[in-house]
Formats: sequence, C-alpha cells, structure tokens
Amino acid sequence: MNSAKERLVNGILKENPTFVLMLGMCPTLAVTTSAVNGLGMGLTTMVVLALSNVFISLLRNIIPDKVRIPAFIVIIASFVTVVELLLQGYIPFLYDALGIYIPLIVVNCIILGRAEAYAYKNPVLPALFDGIGMGLGFSVALTCIGAVRELLGAGEIFGIHVMPESFVPVSIFIMAPGAFFVLALLTAIQNKVKIAGEKKGKDMSKIQSGCGHDCLSCSDTGCAQRLYDDKKGQEAEGAPVKETEKKAAGSEETEEKITESKEQKEENKNG
Amino acid sequence: MVKELLVILISSSLVNNVVLSQFLGLCPFLGVSKKTDTATGMGVAVIFVITLASAVAGLIYQYILVPLDITYLQTIVFILVIAALVQFVEMFLKKFMPALYQSLGVYLPLITTNCAVLGVALTNVQKSYGILTGIVNGFATAAGFTVSIVILAGIREKLTHNDIPESFQGMPIVLVTAGLMAIAFCGFSGLL
Repeated sequence: MNSAKERLVNGILKENPTFVLMLGMCPTLAVTTSAVNGLGMGLTTMVVLALSNVFISLLRNIIPDKVRIPAFIVIIASFVTVVELLLQGYIPFLYDALGIYIPLIVVNCIILGRAEAYAYKNPVLPALFDGIGMGLGFSVALTCIGAVRELLGAGEIFGIHVMPESFVPVSIFIMAPGAFFVLALLTAIQNKVKIAGEKKGKDMSKIQSGCGHDCLSCSDTGCAQRLYDDKKGQEAEGAPVKETEKKAAGSEETEEKITESKEQKEENKNG
Repeated sequence: MVKELLVILISSSLVNNVVLSQFLGLCPFLGVSKKTDTATGMGVAVIFVITLASAVAGLIYQYILVPLDITYLQTIVFILVIAALVQFVEMFLKKFMPALYQSLGVYLPLITTNCAVLGVALTNVQKSYGILTGIVNGFATAAGFTVSIVILAGIREKLTHNDIPESFQGMPIVLVTAGLMAIAFCGFSGLL
C-alpha cells in the first residue's frame, strides 16, 4: 500500500496538475466562479480520470502502440458520457452549472496525459491511485481558485457570507477577466518560486510555466509527451516497460530485415 | 431568418467570444500568438476547420444519431469525427492544394484536439441549431477566435520592448493582457 500513498501524495503535492504542471487550464478558468463549482468539476474529473486510468491499465497489453491515442480517447469519452448522464440524473444543479464543460472533460490534457504517461505502462492498482491522486490534486486546486474568486467577487465562500458588510464585492473576479487575472498571478508566483529555486541551485525543471507555453495540441504532442519524458527518468517504474518496448522494437526490426532479405532473394531470382 | 443568423454571427464572434469569455481554445491562443502572421495563419486554419467540423457534426447528428436514437453517444462520435476530419483535410490539402497546405498545413495537427472545435459542435446541439445555423455559429465562433488571437499577437509584439518585472515575464504578462482584452470584450455585451 506504500505505493498507493506515494501516488496520492505525488498527485496532490509534488506534481499537482494545476499548480505545478499547469495542465487542463480551460476548465480551470471556466468553472471556478465559485468554490462549489470548482469542487464539482474537480471531483467529476477525478472520477473520469480514475476510471479511465483503470481501464487503460487493464487494456495496456491489448491496445496496439500505434492506435493508442484514439483508443484512449474512445475510453475517456465513454466514461465522460457515463458521468455526464449520472450528473444529469442525480446532481442536476451541478450539471446546469458546469454545462458544456462536462463533455469537454474529454479534451482535458490531464486525463490523456496521465493515460499516456502512467496508466499505459503500470499495473491497475497504482494506476487507480494515480488517477485518484491527480484528481484530488486538481479538485484541491480548483476549489482554492474558486474560493478566492468567490471571496473577492461576491464576498462569500461556499455560498456563506464571510466578508464584513462594508466590503464591496469586486464582481470582475467572478466574471471572465477575473479568471485571467487570477491565473496570471498564479503563474507569476510559480515563476517566482522557480527563479528563487534556480538561484539556490535546485532542479526546478518539473515546474512548467503555463500550459500554453509548449502544449499546443494539448494531448498528443505537448503535455503528454512532456509527462512521458519526465517519467523516463524514474527507472524503478519504467524499467520493465522499457524492456517490452525494446522487445517490440526489436521484433519490428527483425521483421523488416526478414522482408528485406526476402526482397533481395526475389531480386536474385529475377536477376 | 437572416436577422436570426446575423444575431448569432454577432453574439458568437464578439459578445460570447470563444476565448475571452468561454475559455475554449486557450492553448493555441496562448501558444501561437507570438507573431501576428503566425497568429493570422492559425486563425484562418481554425476558421476553416471549425466551419467544416460544425457542418459535418451537424449532418451526422441530424441524419445518423437522431434517427437511430443514440444522441447520448454525441461526445464520442464528435471527437472521433473531428480527429478523423482534421487528418483527412490535411491529407487532402497535401495532395490537391499544395499551396494552401504550405500556409495552413503546420497549424492543422495543432487543432485536432482543440477544445473549441468540440465545444462548437456540442453548443450547436445543445442550443438545437439547424445545420445552416450551426455552420454560421461555427464560422462566427472561429472568426471571434481569429480576431482575438491577432489582437493579442499585436500586443505581444509591442510587449517585447517593454520592461516587465522578472516574475511576470512570459506567460503571466500574456494572461494579464488577455484579462484586459476580456474586459474590453465585455463592452460588446451591450450590442444585442
């Protein structure tokens, strides 16, 4: 169970998807108008992430390497549809508040990123806890951002009035521009930490400066690839996978050689 | 009918701007807005893909999903159709219109999983737009994206000469710029 705890801590603190990796910024900005919405979106994403991680991990030996991205997308989209229907049936107020951003969980880079970087090359149980950890990290981050925006924009947290009567709500913070300003401050703080850390000589390469920086097509090249590169360093977890990859690559090479030699033979016959 | 389409055109491109008020397509908006000409290229590619995708998604929804009574599969179907469509468009352009491919080709793979494309397809269904209305809505949304990315790129080109605090360099100052643009776009809400 040690690895389960490690995955949870990793997701919530060390590699927090929002505060450290800066993934999935579209929903982060769009739904954090209040703490409740942020929490709802976070938990919805967590459920999808955990389920899709488990399924991808179960199917990791069946899915061919070349079509893995479409396969991931189909699996993720199925779970998103399931979760969407459940929300519509049982938590209608959240369904109305989150609206179009529920089906758009499909294109959230966190989910495809974790599928590619972790679930596709690890057993079921660690993959499940990785999904839960990352999802919790995302929920915590979204709830915090939502709470800050709600506090400044409406003087409330979770719908409870906390600011004194004399406080005039800065309503821009619960509108669209406020989201950009909050995220700007967040990335500025992140930059500050990164710069300070680098001055002390620490390795800060894990902290990324904004999803938009190099995550152009969030899923298939940007974030996922980046996460994948991160994971290559962790040998203990990656080692058995690497071997199988090498084997696969090796077999492909031999196949090519065989076909080549066949062609040569045919040429010789013709000659 | 014409009046209705005009209202959709204005509301989707300016009032409910896809990036600045709905936060869709944020990745290319922040990532490809360093220079005005690349931003324009990206914008044109997005207009092309979104208009086409909303037409195809509308047709599939109307004539396949609704008759078979499987509308709950819309998310899965749309994302696959869009991904396949972008690949197909890329191959088609490469083969038959090399000149256009030269200018748009590099941007196409970046749009495959852009949330704005899926977002428009889903909005069209959610608001129960017809096929023509859906296409107009798609075009208007993409035009709004192009307008905002070109403006942001223009501002960013000027920003490179300015003295910015160390921790605000890079993404934070771009986000502040986007926030100010969002305030300006709030002004359009009085238009309708």
